[in-house]
Amino acid sequence: MSFRILGTGSAAPKFTLTNDQMAEIVETSDEWIRQRTGIGSRRICKDENLLDLSVRAAEEALASAGVRPEELDLIICTTLRGELITPNHACLVQERIGASCPAFDINVACTGLLYALDIADCYFARGKTKKILIVAAEEMSSIVDWTDRSTCVLFGDGTGAVVLGEGDGLRAVTVHAEGNREVLYIPRGEGKLFDGTVVGEPCCVKMDGGEVYKFAVNAMTTGVQKVCEEAGISPSELDFVVPHQANLRIIKAAMSRLHLPMERAFVNIESYGNTSSASLYIALDELVRSGKLERGMNVALTAFGGGLTSGAALFKW
Amino acid sequence: MVFEKVRKILADYKEIDESAIELTSTLEDLEFDSLDTVEVMMSIEEEFDVQLEADENIKTVEDLVKLIEANIQ
Repeated sequence: MSFRILGTGSAAPKFTLTNDQMAEIVETSDEWIRQRTGIGSRRICKDENLLDLSVRAAEEALASAGVRPEELDLIICTTLRGELITPNHACLVQERIGASCPAFDINVACTGLLYALDIADCYFARGKTKKILIVAAEEMSSIVDWTDRSTCVLFGDGTGAVVLGEGDGLRAVTVHAEGNREVLYIPRGEGKLFDGTVVGEPCCVKMDGGEVYKFAVNAMTTGVQKVCEEAGISPSELDFVVPHQANLRIIKAAMSRLHLPMERAFVNIESYGNTSSASLYIALDELVRSGKLERGMNVALTAFGGGLTSGAALFKW
Repeated sequence: MVFEKVRKILADYKEIDESAIELTSTLEDLEFDSLDTVEVMMSIEEEFDVQLEADENIKTVEDLVKLIEANIQ
């Protein structure tokens, strides 16, 4: 017995930072950002906190799934950095929604949802789990370097959630990692030794854009090909590909290598930017709510991120 | 030989005529931005079976050809 997605939810901060506003912070322009990334604006946690948003997304997903918090057997949270170091973010969400089940975080950068689905697959296979909540909570605005125009324009904040239940929606899932410290990393921040010496580096995103681009295009393409092969279908039979929303150009390059038209990719990067692991949840939630998904459709999810990590999943909707 | 292949890859990518591409053409003249350059580097890596480091010093088609030749040997 595997699982299917019973419900989805998402919540993004109210405050919108446009490209024109970005141009007042660093030397850039709306045209430059749009051409290279497809991003028009991003949401920033200014008027609300990350936990409130995560709880909203979780409650929305539970409501759409018709599942009560007390029915949950597990909560997994994907996040680069939750509200606190401990308790983990999943426990904080659990406390607020009133669930009573194991809860833990995983950090697989932008690939979080795929790893969480892979873990969920194992739990369901054990046969004791009926309902799982997966939540993403990402506040990139607190970990970007607002003086580095090559990275700060790319990211945004957001949260999302999915509720899983027993069923046969999942056709295949694959996850991958190739340890690499240099290409994309975020130091944990500065700290002080007993004698006051400052150690460590400021906590902000460092990225070699060109190398990430190459990894991303290859990883998203091979991930989708792999899950299609495992499920015994051709990529041409995919009705929708929901890719990690990091860069429109990466999505276009991957779709082109899969020989799929862009109309089959679900893209919402224009209004959110890259929200790390939350991006897939938000995109999936919007696709579900758009009413375009019909029962029996083949839907692939694919992502890549720091690690370097990547993954893909295929669902029969 | 390397130049002819590179010229074809660049021309196919931008959907322009190969004759518009000279050794002295700069990638900027050909309207390649940084992501276009990475994208054609990936095609070049596949075509020549080499691994190339994205390098900001690559300005002209000739720079690209020299980088490939250095990596083939």
